[in-house]
Amino acid sequence: MIQFKAYKMLQTADGELPLDVSFSIQKGQFLAIYGNSGAGKTTLLRILAGLTQADKSAITVEDNIWDDSEKKIHLPIQKRSIGFVFQDYALFPNLTVKENLEFALQKGDDTNIISELIELMELQSLQNSKPQNLSGGQKQRVALARAIVRRPKILLLDEPLSALDDEMRFKLQDYILKIHQKYQLTTLMITHSIPEIFKLSDSVIHLDKGKILKEGTPGSVFLEDKISSKFKLTGEIISIHKSDIIYVIQVSSGNSIIRVVATEDEIQNFKVGQKVLVASKAFNPIIQVIS
Amino acid sequence: MIDFSPLWLTAKLALITTLILFLLAIPLCYWLAYSRFRFKAIIEAIISLPLVLPPSVLGFYLLLAFSPENAFGEFLSEYFNLRLVFTFQGLILASVLYSLPFMVNPILSGLKNLPVSLQEASFTLGKSRFVTILKIILPNIHPSLLTGIIMTFAHTVGEFGVVLMVGGSIPHETKVVSIAIYEEVESMNYDNANIYAGILFAFSFSILLVVHLINNKSRKTNLY
Repeated sequence: MIQFKAYKMLQTADGELPLDVSFSIQKGQFLAIYGNSGAGKTTLLRILAGLTQADKSAITVEDNIWDDSEKKIHLPIQKRSIGFVFQDYALFPNLTVKENLEFALQKGDDTNIISELIELMELQSLQNSKPQNLSGGQKQRVALARAIVRRPKILLLDEPLSALDDEMRFKLQDYILKIHQKYQLTTLMITHSIPEIFKLSDSVIHLDKGKILKEGTPGSVFLEDKISSKFKLTGEIISIHKSDIIYVIQVSSGNSIIRVVATEDEIQNFKVGQKVLVASKAFNPIIQVIS
Repeated sequence: MIDFSPLWLTAKLALITTLILFLLAIPLCYWLAYSRFRFKAIIEAIISLPLVLPPSVLGFYLLLAFSPENAFGEFLSEYFNLRLVFTFQGLILASVLYSLPFMVNPILSGLKNLPVSLQEASFTLGKSRFVTILKIILPNIHPSLLTGIIMTFAHTVGEFGVVLMVGGSIPHETKVVSIAIYEEVESMNYDNANIYAGILFAFSFSILLVVHLINNKSRKTNLY
């Protein structure tokens, strides 16, 4: 079990923002951290890894104290049992794929873990390539494998899939899940994708401006009304134009554009750029398999 | 027959200076690149000073400082029996100061261009700072290291004002090629001056050619 409590004043583009977060995770859980950019997600992960020091903190991992600002305890990064996957992968350009993995070995480690991970992550044909010759998805797999070599207890993923296309994303989600289960990890992952959270995580923290807005299972955080026949989407008005006697408002929401019909009276209230809620009683929803 | 000792002396001076600066610059640059020390800009300005200062100014101050009649020089001769005025040791120290920016600047810019996540990744993999510098940081900035080494060596070969001030022109001790040329011209031995000058000219050109070839190559295989 991880108990995490930290306070840190962040310097952001809009001035100072206090990050004040406290939560706990059971061993073996998969926790997603969700929120706008600048909410403090990466800082939270970095504090847990020891890469950033908080102003005030109390972190315990299975009864071991990693951080305690009152007792002035700060376990060095090297001593924390973590695997960290960076947003830019941070593969060492001077080493081949295999050497990148081998670099993570400690004295006396069983070297079989390297071949095991190369096989698990399907890196056999790439093991002698340099990182700069790999595609984004391949780099991600190497970074993931390298983070596991030390057999850490905790895996930290900083938006690992944000730069990949959907197909690659789905594939890598499976790799992450495979690793999480096989090595009995406690995993914390930053992500912007709600479908990803539903697919991978047991619980989710919604971070906003340095505070936890909501936490719980993905269902309880994202589906307010639990089971209902209503659709509710938030989005932004991108255009309003007249079509014959009615008006058509286009709303951008996620990856899709929704068209809503409105009367002349109704459009008086709307402007392009406004954030709006589109709700509908869905009497006949269509569901299709896409992957 | 031309006297080759100034050439050997110059090569020896440049080699020792480069070696000292290389070992000195790596920790210094690492500190400059990653520390959050508030007055870092002052240190950086001091390091770059020899780039703009006339060599005779630097040489003049060093001469004053090294002189046994002043506190620092007296301290050195009293406690270490070390005399830095008109000696080879003095030349080395002066060259180290004078060529410092030529070693520091390329290495520092190499470090600043290296994503900081590489270092952090190495830490999360349980590696110490020392191992990280040796196995990850230095191999990934090798074009900068090479540029620093070559520029320092070439710059030391070409120095004149500082050497003349601090070292004078003692044969086999402080008389380097650039000073030998000056003396040959003064005593109207244009033939000898021509040989020395020709050697330095060819040397400097080849050095710069090598630097640009390396830079072009590393730009083509840009890693980031």
